Amino acid sequence: MNSLADQLLVLCLLINFAVLGTSRLAFSVRCVAVQGVLLGTLPALVHPFSWHVSFIVVSIILVKGGLIPVLIIRAIKKAEIEREFSPFIGYIPSLVLGALFTSLAFIFAAKLPLSPEHEGLLIVPAAAATLMSGFLVLMGRRKAISQVLGYLLMENGIFLFGLLLADAMPVMVEAGALLDLLVGIFVMGIVINHISREFSSIDTSRLSALREE
Amino acid sequence: MMWALVLLPLLGAALSWLVPDNRRRVWVLPVFSLVQLGVSAALLVHTPPPSPAGWIWLDPLGKLVLMANSVLFTICSLYAVGYLSYRLKRPNRILCASLLVCLAATSLVVISQHLGLLWIALEATTLTMAPLIYFNHNARSIEATWKYLLICSVGIAIALLGLFFLAYSTIVAKQEVSLLLPALIRDAAALHPGWRHAAFIFLLVGFGSKMGLAPLHTWKPDAYGEAPGLVGALLAGGLVNCALLALLRVYQIAAASTEGALFQQVLLTMGLVSMAFAAVFMARQSDFKRMLAYSSVEHVGIIAVALGLGKGALFAGLLHMINNSLTKGVLFLSCGNIHRAFNSKSTQFVRGALRRTPWSAALFLAAFLAITGSPPFAPFVSEFLIVSSAFGQGNHWTGGLFLLFLALIFIGMASTVLPVVLGEVPPDLERTRYRDAAPTVLPPLALMGLVLVLGLWIPTPLQELLHEAARLLGGEA
Repeated sequence: MNSLADQLLVLCLLINFAVLGTSRLAFSVRCVAVQGVLLGTLPALVHPFSWHVSFIVVSIILVKGGLIPVLIIRAIKKAEIEREFSPFIGYIPSLVLGALFTSLAFIFAAKLPLSPEHEGLLIVPAAAATLMSGFLVLMGRRKAISQVLGYLLMENGIFLFGLLLADAMPVMVEAGALLDLLVGIFVMGIVINHISREFSSIDTSRLSALREE
Repeated sequence: MMWALVLLPLLGAALSWLVPDNRRRVWVLPVFSLVQLGVSAALLVHTPPPSPAGWIWLDPLGKLVLMANSVLFTICSLYAVGYLSYRLKRPNRILCASLLVCLAATSLVVISQHLGLLWIALEATTLTMAPLIYFNHNARSIEATWKYLLICSVGIAIALLGLFFLAYSTIVAKQEVSLLLPALIRDAAALHPGWRHAAFIFLLVGFGSKMGLAPLHTWKPDAYGEAPGLVGALLAGGLVNCALLALLRVYQIAAASTEGALFQQVLLTMGLVSMAFAAVFMARQSDFKRMLAYSSVEHVGIIAVALGLGKGALFAGLLHMINNSLTKGVLFLSCGNIHRAFNSKSTQFVRGALRRTPWSAALFLAAFLAITGSPPFAPFVSEFLIVSSAFGQGNHWTGGLFLLFLALIFIGMASTVLPVVLGEVPPDLERTRYRDAAPTVLPPLALMGLVLVLGLWIPTPLQELLHEAARLLGGEA
């Protein structure tokens, strides 16, 4: 069971690199969606069957793998852009930094005082690495949509860590957090739409009228 | 009964969404906020016992925030009727619905004793504020909205990670897993120290960025500057309290564990840094709404300093929370009026407001004196208590820096406010429709009266409530 979970987690880590290394936005969205689905199936593998776990599995797959990608793809179509141009942190440096953060995450996780039943699992390093990759995308890209994707990667990392707690967290809290995330992406999608109409671009480096001199 | 606090505003939001007419829809706001105020008052007097699972309860800390928020929201919704009648061309359906959903979310923050639930409600307040900041639909407001959404979302995500760490520390310590506040406070000392420590740091960063403590305040000037005055008042007086309440919950757990002193030290430093930032950026600020944002950074800093000092300062810090939200209400509402009357918020064009809008300008001036800590207004009392508590504890550096920053901020703020209120009216002034009228002047005037009364006399029930709340934070025996 756990070896399959570990393989999925490795896949999650690889997806981080795919997002870090590409300029095509639609591809990035699909990557993050696949990661969301992987994330959704993991609780079923790590925890014994219960209605609580199956509810979480279904709702995560539905929200992260279905609704959110649809919302973002729609925003991309409306804004009529395909690629990220000249990011603040280039693709090669992003990949190198990503690799660095991932290895640091493994070293860091080995030192953490985990509960005995969680030792040897890849969950914690994968969570830390995904979180850092998310930060990297968030800071390193110009387009508003890329920043949303970075935020989503970050959230995925946090959800990965949440796997350790899946049987401890009340269903209501998980469902509420997912709902908040969904509404958040919905609002961001609308704002992106308005940015592209107002500035005829969704390059956030143009959002500079309010900068303090 | 407790759920009415959340459900009533949601009902109001649905209703305001259904009303087709811009002019009539606005009236939903005062009706529901007055009902909400009534329910809050009833709950403050007769507090029901905690819900069976312990998720929902109104403790003294919650009561304080509920009181401040209900009063502020009622005033703002009364003001909204007058304000929106000047802006009938702009559709206000989203504004009215979002305001009421936001009220529901802030009430949920106040009554939740489960940290997970509290987190969800706090995130909901963040999201509902986004369309409000964007009310003016122009390039500047969209920039502010984007910055606000991104920084606050990321901040609050970090707080979620902190909550996970806290829950995990109970697993590692072989305690029963729970994010219920009473259980966490009871077991605080037994939690795994490493994870607990990490949790406190992440929670502080997360809630701190929502609250706007420096250096996590960068979204504040933009959001406060571009949002309508009414929304600014709610952000600076209402949402700040919700984020602060979340931080106070963490403080309660920290105080019950062995890390209370360290947590206080960090808060003290962040508080002083916030005041320093405010003092620097307040000087020569040419946009008087942005200036108010820095004033908000200053005042969350003051509250953080009070929390950092602990002991007797906690009472003062909590009192300052109430004073700050009431005074910020007056400042933002009156400055919104001046903004409308001059159609500008730059000190280059806005001068001599006392001529054009005598009431609003006078209120702005009075609220400026109040917020900078001049007697006889309420913030003077709380700031004085904090300073005297700092010196009383022998913490001369903190007390000295506190006074220095207050003085610098007074000078910086005066150099912006005085020309706006008293200066010569520029000759080639744009004609505008807005002049002072009862619907937009009476609400802030009532609030200013409250600030004055609280400065002269704190009613005994409020005093007792403040003491009880300070005791929850470990302040008084």
